Amino acid sequence: MDYTILILALPALSFLLLALAGMKMSHRVAGIVGTLSLAAVTVLSYATACSYFTAGRMEDGLYPTLVPWNFEWLPFTPSLHIDMGILLDPISVLMLVVVSTVSLMVHIYSFGYMKGEKGFQRYYAFLSLFTFAMLGLVVATNIFQMYVFWELVGVSSYLLIGFYYTKPEAIAASKKAFIVTRFADLGFLIGILIYGYYMQTFTFTPSEERLMQAGMVLPWALGLMFVGGAGKSAMFPLHIWLPDAMEGPTPVSALIHAATMVVAGVYLVARMFPLYVDFAPHVLHAVAWVGAFTALYAASVACVQSDIKRVLAFSTISQIGFMMVALGVCTDADPHGGGLGYMAGMFHLFTHAMFKALLFLGAGCIIHAVHSNEMEMMGGLRRYMPVTHITFLVACLAIAGIPPFSGFFSKDEILTACFGFSPAMGWIMTAIAGMTAFYMFRLYYGIFWGKENRELHARHTPHESPLAMTFPLVFLALVTVGAGFIPFGRFVSANGHAYDIHLDWGVAGTSIVVALAAIALATWMYARDRQPVADMLAARFSRLHRAAYRRFYMDEAWLFVTKRVIFRCVSVPVAWFDRHVIDQFMNFLAWGTNAAGESLQPVQNGRIQAYTWWFLSGIIVLTAVLLLF
Amino acid sequence: MNILSLFVLIPLLMLLGLWMSRSLNQVRGVMVAGSGLLLVLAVWLAVAYSGLRSAGADEEMLFTASVTWFAPLHICYSVGVDGISVVMLLLSAVIVFTGTFASWKLKPLTKEYFLWFTLLSTGVFGFFISTDLFTMFMFYEVALIPMYLLIGVWGSGRKEYSAMKLTLMLMGGSAFLLIGILGIYYGAGGETMNILEIVKERIPTEVQRIFFPAVFLGFGVLGALFPFHTWSPDGHASAPTAVSMLHAGVLMKLGGYGCFRVAMYLMPTGAAIWGDFFLVLTTVSVVYGAFSAVVQTDLKYINAYSSVSHCGLVLFALLMMTRVSATGAILQMLSHGLMTALFFALIGMIYGRTHTRDIRQLSGLMKIMPFLSVGYVIAGLANLGLPGLSGFVAEMTVFVGSFERADLFHRACTVIATTSIVITAVYILRVVGRILYGTCRNPEHLKLTDATWDERFAVICLVVAVAGLGLSPWWASSVISASVEPIISQLSQL
Repeated sequence: MDYTILILALPALSFLLLALAGMKMSHRVAGIVGTLSLAAVTVLSYATACSYFTAGRMEDGLYPTLVPWNFEWLPFTPSLHIDMGILLDPISVLMLVVVSTVSLMVHIYSFGYMKGEKGFQRYYAFLSLFTFAMLGLVVATNIFQMYVFWELVGVSSYLLIGFYYTKPEAIAASKKAFIVTRFADLGFLIGILIYGYYMQTFTFTPSEERLMQAGMVLPWALGLMFVGGAGKSAMFPLHIWLPDAMEGPTPVSALIHAATMVVAGVYLVARMFPLYVDFAPHVLHAVAWVGAFTALYAASVACVQSDIKRVLAFSTISQIGFMMVALGVCTDADPHGGGLGYMAGMFHLFTHAMFKALLFLGAGCIIHAVHSNEMEMMGGLRRYMPVTHITFLVACLAIAGIPPFSGFFSKDEILTACFGFSPAMGWIMTAIAGMTAFYMFRLYYGIFWGKENRELHARHTPHESPLAMTFPLVFLALVTVGAGFIPFGRFVSANGHAYDIHLDWGVAGTSIVVALAAIALATWMYARDRQPVADMLAARFSRLHRAAYRRFYMDEAWLFVTKRVIFRCVSVPVAWFDRHVIDQFMNFLAWGTNAAGESLQPVQNGRIQAYTWWFLSGIIVLTAVLLLF
Repeated sequence: MNILSLFVLIPLLMLLGLWMSRSLNQVRGVMVAGSGLLLVLAVWLAVAYSGLRSAGADEEMLFTASVTWFAPLHICYSVGVDGISVVMLLLSAVIVFTGTFASWKLKPLTKEYFLWFTLLSTGVFGFFISTDLFTMFMFYEVALIPMYLLIGVWGSGRKEYSAMKLTLMLMGGSAFLLIGILGIYYGAGGETMNILEIVKERIPTEVQRIFFPAVFLGFGVLGALFPFHTWSPDGHASAPTAVSMLHAGVLMKLGGYGCFRVAMYLMPTGAAIWGDFFLVLTTVSVVYGAFSAVVQTDLKYINAYSSVSHCGLVLFALLMMTRVSATGAILQMLSHGLMTALFFALIGMIYGRTHTRDIRQLSGLMKIMPFLSVGYVIAGLANLGLPGLSGFVAEMTVFVGSFERADLFHRACTVIATTSIVITAVYILRVVGRILYGTCRNPEHLKLTDATWDERFAVICLVVAVAGLGLSPWWASSVISASVEPIISQLSQL
């Protein structure tokens, strides 16, 4: 498995090459360099996955945990050190496949989408940087290596959101994304520090003895780590950066803000899962409720947004909520017991990455065709963009949970796990799944059906995108159709043992009925040229509608905290205090010294009489003192 | 002759060469040759030092030598280096070398400028090689005085005021320092001024109680210890580019180095008594500097307050008194020196073109001067602790080390200090978004040009150093960690 080092080295090299010499290259060459290196990475990742899973299980029925590379990067103490290396186990191999596939598709797609853009080379350089960082994150051998790459994906996300750096919205969005996730990372960092101090290791497998001694410390550490994960994975209330992050180029949204980076938080929880489930079950259940609330919140906001990328962004937040719920409802590591959720969550991560990337890339084609993100400018596009239409529909059906598309299988497992945890959670998640189907088909009808915007089409007829853009769509659509049939439980499960997925037809039947009903409702409301029902509802519940449209004022709340509280109530007074109190005190000392000098100056007036007088008085005083004592 | 003496001899020869120079090219030639030679020497020293260490040399200081200078007070010219001094010498050499290029086109009185600049460097190098308290103090003063003239003559804005303020405050610190040094000398029996010998004596607790704060404050003023940091914003704002670089990059490190090597090493009991008090002050420095930086509008003020925060972290980590945290402190000195020098160099270059440092008047520079802007972004990312650049390595070492102190007080200070990583991101990204991104609103700025070759060279050298330390920290970390050991064991004997 020595070749796995190339999986990290190739994107890193291509980043360096493009960053240093990119400006000397033509667009085509830069794109080819980036895409070829990614293609090689994808091949290597697939090869790794094949050889890893076909090598078979060990005697205890588990897949082996391999560490083909590891070296000490930064030593602290003999037991604590940051290592850099590659760790292969079922979930990291799975993530290698997900990340490299989506990244390759986005690299190819961007050839068409970013054609002729200024800074094309820079774009590919950043994509390489991101891919490098994301791959480094998933193969991390220890929690600190994860943090290192965690920060790197954060910065590449920052750079890519701000790709159009002359646009004020893009600048603000990139800044917001970085600062909000940095704030969450503070929790992550403190969690790591606590973990490192009490476990005396940064690896994922502390010694039994330490674990037994830890007591309440470990839940705290894991809880703080989840704060970091919640920031990256846009859990409420740290989600506010993700919708704004849509200011970046659309392929970037597909790669970073839908398929890979935003699920890093889920991956983190999955990575630490054995510790969560054994030592901090309450924290795990808190994760579930945070996930459920986020899923509900984001789904309700997604129902009323008009910008198609915003709808998809909130849908992403909601779906990540599903994954968090899936991990959170686990009560045991045994999939037959209470550990089904782990497998379900990772399965959903995999299927979601594919169909959500597909949705975003499809949205990119649409935006490319009509030059707008707003649904008002669309409508009736199915005649002009057949490939986009069909693939988009496939993805919508998948996310809505209609069999036999992949989303059905993964979501069904999640719902089964939820019902196993508590019926309340099961019903809540089923309802949210229904909302998902509703808002996705609202989006679908809004784009492809309904009234055509003739005025716009007169000026510029929408057309299907070039092959570089449609190829990834078709590829991802095929994966979306087929991925559900992968016997996922055989590869990934909470305790590592093979597990065969059985459909629970009670749960599956309910969720299919709910999804179909929601689709029917959406069809009734949105498939026609006019939408009287929707308008009537919006007018009737105008306050609720506006509140949902403004995302329940979460951004305003954050703005209040940052601008009013941190900026005005802390920084401004601190700066004022510095200049007017501390510095003035120093000036006062200087002035005091000067003033003392000035006031003594008259004594040195050069008149002999005065000196004689001082001299005589001095003698008298000294004599008096000597005589008296 | 001792190899270390070359670090003083070369600058002295440079002074002679500069004095005899007749033309601008000769001045530049002397500077480049001299500072290049110093850089080579520093690199050679680093290699030789690691070689000797891995060959099993286990004395505390290597390359030691001593010449009696003034016998009645036991003043000697004694030199010697350990891992800490080696990396500091390396840092100083890099900054002096790049500083030369950053002031390539400086006018007027170029020759005089470089004379003072070199004199300052002499002091800096001399300080780091000295092991004799008096010699150390003398070099310390040699490094401080030229600052007054460099800012007062070649500075900008309220330069006379700033120069005076800076000099007076630092001199005030020196006064404490001198008292402290004499206290140590007599406290240790008045037999020797050599640090390595004093440490074997036991200074009475009462003496330590009185003189530890004097020495720590004396050096702390230079290390921008709250509330004695206010010379820094004004001083940096008025100083010419290379002087800011040298001052923030190296001179402020004299403070941290002195606190560690003199105050804490020689007076461990004093450190135990006063440690918590100063730890509170440094924690305040870290957060306070960061918050102050958020609302500044002058680029140099932002960077000066950022330095208060980052240098605060150096003293903070030293006072945590664990081996890892002290290693982190030295790494932070190294890292902060490099990235702040880069920052000040870039600010100077931008200011040289736009003639303003007010962030409200700058915008869209990325399109106009891409090279400088990219450099600025890299410096910013290093400052906010991005992995792969030097800041991350240093900060993480500091935090991991500080976490080894498990009592509530130290834990609380550590958590408060870690919040600075968020605030740092706020002020860095605010500036980057404001001045580099967006569209340029000032038509005058559209005509400006990107960096010239000398500027590019300086920036590239520093970026390579910052990235080099950030990507391969193991060498610096292990060299420092080994040398921190004796000092920490001195502290933990109590």
